[in-house]
Amino acid sequence: MQIAGQNVLITGAGRGLGAALAEELARRGARVVLVARTPAPLEEVAGRIRRAGGEAHVFPADVGSKRAIHPIAGAAAALVGDIDILVHCASTLGPTPLPPLLDLDCEALEETLAVNLVGPFRLTKALAGSMVLRGSGLVVAISSDAAVEAYPRWGAYGVSKAGLDHLMRIFAAELEGTGVRFLAIDPGEMDTRMHAEAMPDADRTTLARPADVARRIADIIARAEARPNGARLKAGAEAETAAAGAPAAAAEVAP
Amino acid sequence: MKPATEARADRLGERLLALDPAAGTFRDAHVRDLPAYLRAGDLLVVNDAAALPASLRGTVADGGARVELRLAGAPADADGDMFPAVLFGAGDWRARTEDRPAPPALAPGAEIDLGDGLRAAVVSVSPRTPRLVHVRLSPGGDPLWPALYGRGRPVQYAYLRRPLELFDVQTGYASRPWAAEMPSAGRPLAWSLLLDLLRRGVRIAALTHAASLSSIGDSSLDALLPLPERYEIPEATVRAIASARRVVAVGTTVVRALEGSVARNGRLVSGRGETDLVVAGGFRPAVVDGLLTGMHEPGTSHWKLMEAFAPRGLLQDSWAHAERAGYLAHELGDSCLVLAP
Repeated sequence: MQIAGQNVLITGAGRGLGAALAEELARRGARVVLVARTPAPLEEVAGRIRRAGGEAHVFPADVGSKRAIHPIAGAAAALVGDIDILVHCASTLGPTPLPPLLDLDCEALEETLAVNLVGPFRLTKALAGSMVLRGSGLVVAISSDAAVEAYPRWGAYGVSKAGLDHLMRIFAAELEGTGVRFLAIDPGEMDTRMHAEAMPDADRTTLARPADVARRIADIIARAEARPNGARLKAGAEAETAAAGAPAAAAEVAP
Repeated sequence: MKPATEARADRLGERLLALDPAAGTFRDAHVRDLPAYLRAGDLLVVNDAAALPASLRGTVADGGARVELRLAGAPADADGDMFPAVLFGAGDWRARTEDRPAPPALAPGAEIDLGDGLRAAVVSVSPRTPRLVHVRLSPGGDPLWPALYGRGRPVQYAYLRRPLELFDVQTGYASRPWAAEMPSAGRPLAWSLLLDLLRRGVRIAALTHAASLSSIGDSSLDALLPLPERYEIPEATVRAIASARRVVAVGTTVVRALEGSVARNGRLVSGRGETDLVVAGGFRPAVVDGLLTGMHEPGTSHWKLMEAFAPRGLLQDSWAHAERAGYLAHELGDSCLVLAP
């Protein structure tokens, strides 16, 4: 999907990968609407995009809140027009330090699912119908290898991301042939605040920079039609190496 | 006819009164039966306007009178913060609009405090009634939207049982928030039904029409309805109409946009426009062959619009039947299809 001129709604855009991806897509000519709970970081990201000559708008909201969904969808469409690309980047780890499942509060699991799974479901539901009528659209969910690997203590997050991957697959199956596409993208390990909260002792020098990962995700978005609808893809550093040989099919991951 | 007082769980199980204007007959059906009335090559045209949180309670800055401001449609200007609006006196949707006290007459420049920093400044007042105004909302730009969605509620009327949430008043394909009230003809169209229609070769296209308020509760003002409304017709929809077997408008707003475009331009033209077209008996539609709409009471502007698609006698007979048979009216009510085979 050509990125220039597209209207993009991106959640979790206040920092980390979401902010980097918003900047990357705006640099490539997309009009971006940035959503996150806290206004100040959103304004900073939008300011950087505007100073670089891009178009960015902000709508502070909590994706985990049921009543926030139609305001997000409506405001985004009011600000830039019909949304062409929806990126679910907002995400929470749940409680940190990460507890084993037997210690995980049920309410904490519910809160994690609300932000990482139910929120993306609601927002996709609010936007994808209009995409079907227009015969095109792309929904990208930022996933994790924790969606596939059973890492101890990553229960709430891992379950939510596994659900998110499958949500994209089932949306893709149900809307096959309509022109609306769905992808789940595993960005790999990155040097973000979320990573530091999850693994405070990690060696940061081994972690990818969000800006580099954002560039690879933007490349995937730009060629989304070449990927199987509903696919789970990797955008980590290793994916770039793997993709060098066979760009269209590389880096797909069998769940 | 009794109004539907709340949303029903099974939209596809809602009733559909199917009128055949050529044969002069009507039949009881359900929304789920819609595919039986459509064929491959037919085109449904829907209004994809999302419903605004258009009802705002506030206090007039000078004097402190309590008012309700109802936005009457999409922003009227390029900046996106000037809206057509209607003023109501104190109270809310629980009182019938015709029983509401009149608002104070406001002059251009008057300010209304809508809470949480949201304010409306009266820009102009209609020469026909002081209740019809244009207001500029502030803050403008990006901050308008969280403020508006934070303070505004869906417009609703006294026959409903409980306050509506914004998610109660969106169609399954809503996009830009241009409508003062939900374009409700499309409300029962669940995606299972729409996807089934697509698989059968029925096509679906959208336009955006800034549906205004359906009732103002002031007979002189209600006589002005429908107010001039903005619309935008995508090029893809114009193309789809050109190759359609039959064009079925989902809602009276779609009829007004399509026929309004033809009336103004001599042919259907893509892009933005505004229409004050009144469609009624004797009007010969140039584009629209049939209509899926709600149950409209005889005498209303919506009813008169239906007279452009079916003879008055058939509309009267079918209405009397539907009333006896327990059909429900208004935005959460049952549906009516007017389409010749």
